[in-house]
Amino acid sequence: MRRARVAYGGVIHEAIEWGNQLKLADGRVVGEDEIMWLTPIEPRTVFALGLNYADHAAELSFDAPSDPLVFLKGPNTLIGHQAYTRRPADVTYMHYECELAVIIGETARNVQKEDAYKYVKGYSVANDYAIRDYLENYYRPNLRVKNRDTCTPLGPWLVDVMDIADPMNLRLTTHVNSELVQEGTTADMIFDIPSIIEYLSSFMTLNENDVILTGTPKGSVNTVVGDVVVTEIEGIGRLVNTIIGEEAFTNR
Amino acid sequence: MSRASFRVLGEPVLIKAEVNTRKNTVVIEDYELISNEIQFDNPITGTVYGTLLNFKGELERLGDDVNNEPYFSPPIAPVLYIKPVNTFNCYGGSIPMPVGISKLEMGAALGIVIGKKAVAVDESTALSYVAGYTIVNDVRIPHDSLYRPAIHFQARDGFCPIGPWIIDRHGVENPDNVSIRVYINDKLQQENSTSNLVRSVSRLLADVTEFMTLSPGDVLLVGVPEDAPQASVGDKIRIEIDGIGSLENVIVDESESKWRKLI
Repeated sequence: MRRARVAYGGVIHEAIEWGNQLKLADGRVVGEDEIMWLTPIEPRTVFALGLNYADHAAELSFDAPSDPLVFLKGPNTLIGHQAYTRRPADVTYMHYECELAVIIGETARNVQKEDAYKYVKGYSVANDYAIRDYLENYYRPNLRVKNRDTCTPLGPWLVDVMDIADPMNLRLTTHVNSELVQEGTTADMIFDIPSIIEYLSSFMTLNENDVILTGTPKGSVNTVVGDVVVTEIEGIGRLVNTIIGEEAFTNR
Repeated sequence: MSRASFRVLGEPVLIKAEVNTRKNTVVIEDYELISNEIQFDNPITGTVYGTLLNFKGELERLGDDVNNEPYFSPPIAPVLYIKPVNTFNCYGGSIPMPVGISKLEMGAALGIVIGKKAVAVDESTALSYVAGYTIVNDVRIPHDSLYRPAIHFQARDGFCPIGPWIIDRHGVENPDNVSIRVYINDKLQQENSTSNLVRSVSRLLADVTEFMTLSPGDVLLVGVPEDAPQASVGDKIRIEIDGIGSLENVIVDESESKWRKLI
């Protein structure tokens, strides 16, 4: 089942996919053009992995890490499907990153790899934008690069863990204005989902609705104002985002 | 006496009361309760952001290293990190010592508690976005490199005691000039002041909210002074901040902590 959180009729609803429409928890069936997509869950701790695909690490001139490279994100950066991401006027290199998002289902500590999927609620698609102009070599990638308002679209769906037979063999793509710019497979992750859960839970407690963004494959190119960026993962969903400029943000 | 907000274990709402920050007591009507008689819970509902290298002494310790590999430049914008929800701990709570580790750094920090949504705020009005101030022990496993995010050292369960309360903003005359003291087993181990910040409280709020919104209930730590004292299992830690109060915790073996059932 594919589930969503949407705003409709002045309140927030849980909904499920219903053909080309959505069925709200109260039974009403509504069209996609009638609702506003929110992130499919309200995330608690949000983890993201850097350099978790060997081809992307090479693209950035890094060796693949020996331990997972993990950073955290705050709630300010997350937005839903069909939303807008702000590109500052003064930057030269802002790129998307299509990532498989893993949503934790229950409290997890010291989980072994072979049990890891028991702690997963489901999956979603994330676009983990980065603005490389702001990179500094302290706690890299620093929050100014990775935790900007509106820079992490997540959605549209939460797909139940049971519905995905092998999450480690899914095709990822990114299209910018309908042109294919990024293509990869989750089979190429350096640390697979069970390894990441084992690693994180070996030193900290994971909670329900924690989200792990599992990294992105090769294929980063600059995006500009007006670009429509579609990150898609086979069987999980198709996440649409539009880049907008500074001019709308009149208090800056 | 200062106006403070705090949370008692098991109660969902913040209580407001007068507190004496020097005696660390709460005054409710005619009663004066000492902190150790109250089971405080963590008063924080939002996200806790730490700030790296915001004490001048920290940068001095790095010296010319900031120009060498892997840093290649002194920091330009604020360097932040997140203390996630699993790290939250409270006044009087036990800090778990992880297996295989013998010393922890006690990172004494003034916490700025946000009162209203702060987007790209101006330095001159930044303090009007502050609800109040609290004391945070930003615990971490000692580590030298600042190149990669230090989740493995900073994000352990129980590594972020906060409290005992939030002192109303108006109770702190000048947040850029408060003394911070760390006592281990009642012996003074560190003393510093927010007069040594690289970015003042207002400047930090302006520079951070330029790139990320802070929401009511979020906490921004102004930074941890250089030479954070180290502590071991059995040590009693007390962080005092003038005008705020004092935060007390003990370090216990991980298997003795409230997280033991999960380990």
